[in-house]
Amino acid sequence: MLKIENLHCRLEEEPDTTILKGVSLEVPAGEVHAIMGPNGSGKSTLSYVLSGRDGYEVTDGSATMGGEDILDMDPEERAAAGLFLAFQYPVEIPGVGNMIFLRTAMNAQRKARGEEEISAPDFLKMVRAKAKELNISPEMMKRPVNVGFSGGEKKRNEILQMAMLEPRMCILDETDSGLDVDAMKLVASGVNAMRSPDRGFLVITHYQRLLDHIKPDVVHILSNGRIVQTGGPELALKVENEGYADLIDAA
Amino acid sequence: MMDTVNTMAPWREAFDAFAANDEAAAMGSKSRAEAFARFEAHGLPTKRHEYWKYTPVRGLEPSGAVATREGGDPFADVEAYRLVFVDGRIDMSRSDHAALSAAVEVAGPEGAPWMEGVFGTLQNRDIPGAMFQVERPFADLNMAMFTDGLAVRIPAGTALSKPIHLRYEGSVAAHLRLEMLIEAGASVTVLESGAGALTTGAEIVVEDGASLDHLRAQTEVGERQFTALYATVGADASLKSFTLCADAALIRNETVVVMAGDNGSGHVAAGVMGMDDTLVDNTVYVSHEAEHCESRQVIKSVLDGNAKSVFQGKIFVKQGAQKTDGYQISQAVLLSERAEFNAKPELEIYADDVICSHGSTTGALDEEAKFYLRSRGCTEAEAEALLVAAFIDEAILEIADEGLQGRMRETTSAWMNARAGR
Repeated sequence: MLKIENLHCRLEEEPDTTILKGVSLEVPAGEVHAIMGPNGSGKSTLSYVLSGRDGYEVTDGSATMGGEDILDMDPEERAAAGLFLAFQYPVEIPGVGNMIFLRTAMNAQRKARGEEEISAPDFLKMVRAKAKELNISPEMMKRPVNVGFSGGEKKRNEILQMAMLEPRMCILDETDSGLDVDAMKLVASGVNAMRSPDRGFLVITHYQRLLDHIKPDVVHILSNGRIVQTGGPELALKVENEGYADLIDAA
Repeated sequence: MMDTVNTMAPWREAFDAFAANDEAAAMGSKSRAEAFARFEAHGLPTKRHEYWKYTPVRGLEPSGAVATREGGDPFADVEAYRLVFVDGRIDMSRSDHAALSAAVEVAGPEGAPWMEGVFGTLQNRDIPGAMFQVERPFADLNMAMFTDGLAVRIPAGTALSKPIHLRYEGSVAAHLRLEMLIEAGASVTVLESGAGALTTGAEIVVEDGASLDHLRAQTEVGERQFTALYATVGADASLKSFTLCADAALIRNETVVVMAGDNGSGHVAAGVMGMDDTLVDNTVYVSHEAEHCESRQVIKSVLDGNAKSVFQGKIFVKQGAQKTDGYQISQAVLLSERAEFNAKPELEIYADDVICSHGSTTGALDEEAKFYLRSRGCTEAEAEALLVAAFIDEAILEIADEGLQGRMRETTSAWMNARAGR
């Protein structure tokens, strides 16, 4: 599904600062991969480069989804192609209603794929059902995007968007940050409900605890811009027990 | 200055011809002559005039044509008492004059006995205690040369069920006048639209406990339009004025609101959308002359291409106008590097127990928000349209009626769609 090869990138404004120094990994459809790593290892940068945020320059390597080069696409083209990033810090957008935002986004993706727009009643039905599963109140849906939302509400709103947009490749950037245990369970069950044989997940996290709830098939350790170890779920437990230092030194 | 003389000669000719030949000129010939003399003495505004620094008027001629842009009348299907003025005269066949006359008192732009306390008294009034009287040449020109208009008295306690819609059409540089007395406890909504007026002049008295909702769409003005609105707001009375402006060669709106009675409320808001070489100027003067009054000025501009927007906003608080709550915000989003927003906020306060604040910001759309929207699939144009709609909405929310709010939102989004299609 997602294939990253030898990905190098630096900041546009600081060309001397190379953040990713040859990341390679592949997430097949149906699998959940986790990326763990200490602060500053390049985890969030990887998510931004994949989703097309300005400010990063890819100097080498490639990233493809279903064989298509995504690095040449605009962010909205990547979204229409089925890529979704759940933000670590979801953006507050005063004045833009959650519903109008979600419907505009859905229909824009459909239009880009040459599909028919979703009708207003179908949209409402779908959003109500999905919001209920995530314990998101109708009142929250009426508010502007993420404005006045608590940390947990923002993350649930991310998962709601993901559930509505039905991407084939989901990247979750530190979705557990700022969540208490109950909120994390809610978010995890939202993610688990979406696991399917034709969908891939890349879960970026600093701590192992999210992975208790979203069980990964593969765990990668990212350090200083490179994947230094890849293993099964037991690798996450090892990080939890021993910290990153030994793993990184061993690499 | 030599060129002032040259520039004003055709205006003098036009006024003399109007005074001699036009039957409308017979109305208030003395005040017309005085107003014209003030206009002539001032001359067409140049950068050297303090309140025209950002908005010089070049190449304006008395008989200049008026151009209407496509886009349609946002109020076309609002149920209203519609009064259509074509080439500066009312078109009775298309106007609900009779129905309006049955509901309230309607007269020509002056002449009714009750107009004595209105016509000319607001426009020519010295604001007591103010450092200077701002000259308003186009208000003077309007008073000198208006050919038609309307005077309306809303009797005490009457809530007029439908808005009064003044529609300006035609292709000549017309001058139209509105005089209005909203008696105690009465309420009315006034809508204005259309390009068929080079100038409009309005004097409105909002008596104690009365309310006026005023909405103006300047979305079809292809060339130029100069408006002047003078209002006094009585005790416990309310005025809400909102103007939506788009893409004119030059629009200048001057709004003077006098808070004359205690506990009054006066709001002046505008949404400005500009592309290409367009210029919109909203100049607002709110004078607080009573206690416990609240005023707001909310001006939002979205500017692309070489478009310019100007906001000059003054809050004047007279001695003794204690517990005044005056607020002013002007913000601009620049969609191009060449677009320009000029804000000139002024506070002049002679009372010691007041809250007055103002703020002004200019910048591009929030890149973070734009990326977030695009990462969900919105195209760049859609993302910008959503953010612009949200930005302008703060001004649109100043409109009391939700249905009319909706119309202004539709017009705004149509403008953004047109922009995206270019």
